[in-house]
Amino acid sequence: MQKNSIVGRRFPWHIVVFLAPAVLVYTLFMVYPLLDSLRLSFFTTTANERVFAGLQNYVKLFTNENWSWNFWNAFRNNIIFFIIHMLVQNPIGLLLASILAAKVKLHEVYRTVLFMPTVLSVVIIGFIWQLILNPLWGVAQSILELVNLGELYGPWLGRPESALITISLISVWQFVGIPMILFYTALIGIPEELVEAARVDGANGWDVFWRVKFPLILPTVGIVAILTFVGNFNAFDLIYTMKGALAGPEFSTDIMGTFFYRTFFGQQLQLGNPTMGATVAAMMFLIILIGVLIYLFLWQRRITTYEV
Amino acid sequence: MRKRLLLTLLLVFALMLASCGGQEEEPAEPQAGEETAQETEETAEEPAEEPAGEEVTLIIESWRNDDLAVWQDTIIPAFNEDHPNINVEFQPTAPAEYNGVLNSKLEAGTAGDLITCRPFDASLELFQQGYLAPLNDLEGMDNFSDVAKSAWRTDDGSTVFCVPMASVIHGFIYNQDIFNELGLEEPETQEEFMSLLETIQQESDYTPLVMGTADQWEAATMGFQNIGPNYWQGEEGRLALIEGEAAFTDQAYIDTWQALAAWAPYLPDGYEAVSYPDAQSLFTLGQGAIYPAGSWEIQLFESQADFEMGAFPPPLPEAGQTCYISDHTDIALGMNANTEHPEAAREFLQWMTTAEFAELYTNALPGFFTLSNHDIEVENELAREFLSWRQDCEETIRNSYQILSRGEPNLENELWRVSAAVINGNMTPEQAAQEVQEGLESWYEPQQQ
Repeated sequence: MQKNSIVGRRFPWHIVVFLAPAVLVYTLFMVYPLLDSLRLSFFTTTANERVFAGLQNYVKLFTNENWSWNFWNAFRNNIIFFIIHMLVQNPIGLLLASILAAKVKLHEVYRTVLFMPTVLSVVIIGFIWQLILNPLWGVAQSILELVNLGELYGPWLGRPESALITISLISVWQFVGIPMILFYTALIGIPEELVEAARVDGANGWDVFWRVKFPLILPTVGIVAILTFVGNFNAFDLIYTMKGALAGPEFSTDIMGTFFYRTFFGQQLQLGNPTMGATVAAMMFLIILIGVLIYLFLWQRRITTYEV
Repeated sequence: MRKRLLLTLLLVFALMLASCGGQEEEPAEPQAGEETAQETEETAEEPAEEPAGEEVTLIIESWRNDDLAVWQDTIIPAFNEDHPNINVEFQPTAPAEYNGVLNSKLEAGTAGDLITCRPFDASLELFQQGYLAPLNDLEGMDNFSDVAKSAWRTDDGSTVFCVPMASVIHGFIYNQDIFNELGLEEPETQEEFMSLLETIQQESDYTPLVMGTADQWEAATMGFQNIGPNYWQGEEGRLALIEGEAAFTDQAYIDTWQALAAWAPYLPDGYEAVSYPDAQSLFTLGQGAIYPAGSWEIQLFESQADFEMGAFPPPLPEAGQTCYISDHTDIALGMNANTEHPEAAREFLQWMTTAEFAELYTNALPGFFTLSNHDIEVENELAREFLSWRQDCEETIRNSYQILSRGEPNLENELWRVSAAVINGNMTPEQAAQEVQEGLESWYEPQQQ
């Protein structure tokens, strides 16, 4: 009866009306610039004129020693940046969420406080942490000395072997609230009956978490992972704030975002190169696209979602 | 009921969108109308005056937001004394964003009438793209020497496109109180300089040499380009690099990096993570003795520090040698080729070539020295000290600025990177030389033979 009426109806104009504003705005401000940027990556500038160059920019990016070094260096650093977020930010987020979900005292206060850095401006975060870690007047050294660990202190932000890790951890500190809230909402959505049933069956807290709760929040684990991936490969602001576009020392904190910025807008005497910049941007787009496709086809399709 | 309301709202929204699309072409007409209306208004207001006396407003684009007060309170009022009909507005952008913002404004046709010029390629490109007007026939351009103009003309030297404003001189600023307290004297040679640092280190708690490498550019600009000219003999060495007759692997450059590496033990603890503002504060708080500087620091230091300061030029590698200083052409002013008021803009630029402007500017901004040949009186003592080196020493500019930073990898960026790495102890002077030379050879033909 209902089926028939749908077939019989005329074209569903109301759907078009409902979708139009979003589609128009999204196309105008997202799709069109994205496509135009991709188009730009196939051009090159000679004698102040943009001429079509095919894949020349991409060939240059991967075969020219200087360009490819910069690209792979940024790519490798970005992967390290991502791995640190996956290994530190998300497990801590999960831990905090499960503690909060256990309804500890004042958990609402903690929830707000822990989420706070996420809403702060990245410029403020960068500035505060540079002050904390500052070798001249930072409190990091004094605090370590207070517990007799002063020798552990070093100018971490200035050393090529530790700068990237330090900045990654600062970023983890800032954004840990996001996985925490996502996990938290997933955890409090689990019906009490399931937990109670497990308890009756004799499961302890550890078992309840890993065998009942964790499988139920697996979809959220996937979402958090892909959000982290997209966020990390788009990251730029924290490193630009703390280390500038040259991402020193010795490019050790250079990630795709800073590499793109330096290429597109230039740096000191290096003039901006919009076409090569667009090429780097296209590679960033491709990397993120591949990551999202892997998530969609290898994770989301295979995972069993339990209806609760 | 509610549904109906929502639907009407949506319909209204859709209608608005549709009408917006239709309106797009319209604004062009009223705008044109407005313009003519404005013009008639302007002429109507001052009917008695001749057209040349019409009031115009010039806008200056600049990255010197620190100088806003100086322009508003000193320079522009002085200009207006003789030119009451030309309003000038100084509209600076943040230094790091200036190049990008200016380029977009020029492309969009909304840039100001007068444009502050970065030295060399950034401005040259603007000229080649037709955004800067040639100024060869500007009266008063002969008040500037060839070296002064070198940063703002075409490679063949035929066309000048900016009026040189100022240069900055490198050297070392020191805390006079600490020098008195420890009984120290200005060093003349590298040897004296190093033993001076050692004395301060041994006999006091002061930081002997105040600089960090966190921002990288200090290592290259206040380090490498500051002390280097003494090693590569100023202009001679700089031009030899451009002609391909010298290489960064030459002993002169390795020696420069070696001298830099020797600074490390005397820098503040954790200097690898000490940024430029950190170092400035450390020095002005009186906790450090010597600051590798550019003359542009004078203004800030004098307003922040409550002790006497002195300055000495970069120490000589060998006693009795000719001294060389980096007297870097830093800032100039050009005219937007598409300005609506070319006559007024030229009038302002012409005024900038006069002795009046030279004296005004140099004294309002101690540490920025006029590039003109006018003989002027410098009031600030520290600035006068810097300026006095021009008499005794040969001048040169930073060697990465002309031509050599046109390719990839960018020489200036490379110098930042390796100079910081050498001081941090992550690279030997030889490695630094090797890497910079390889980078330059990879694209610069004269260096490839």
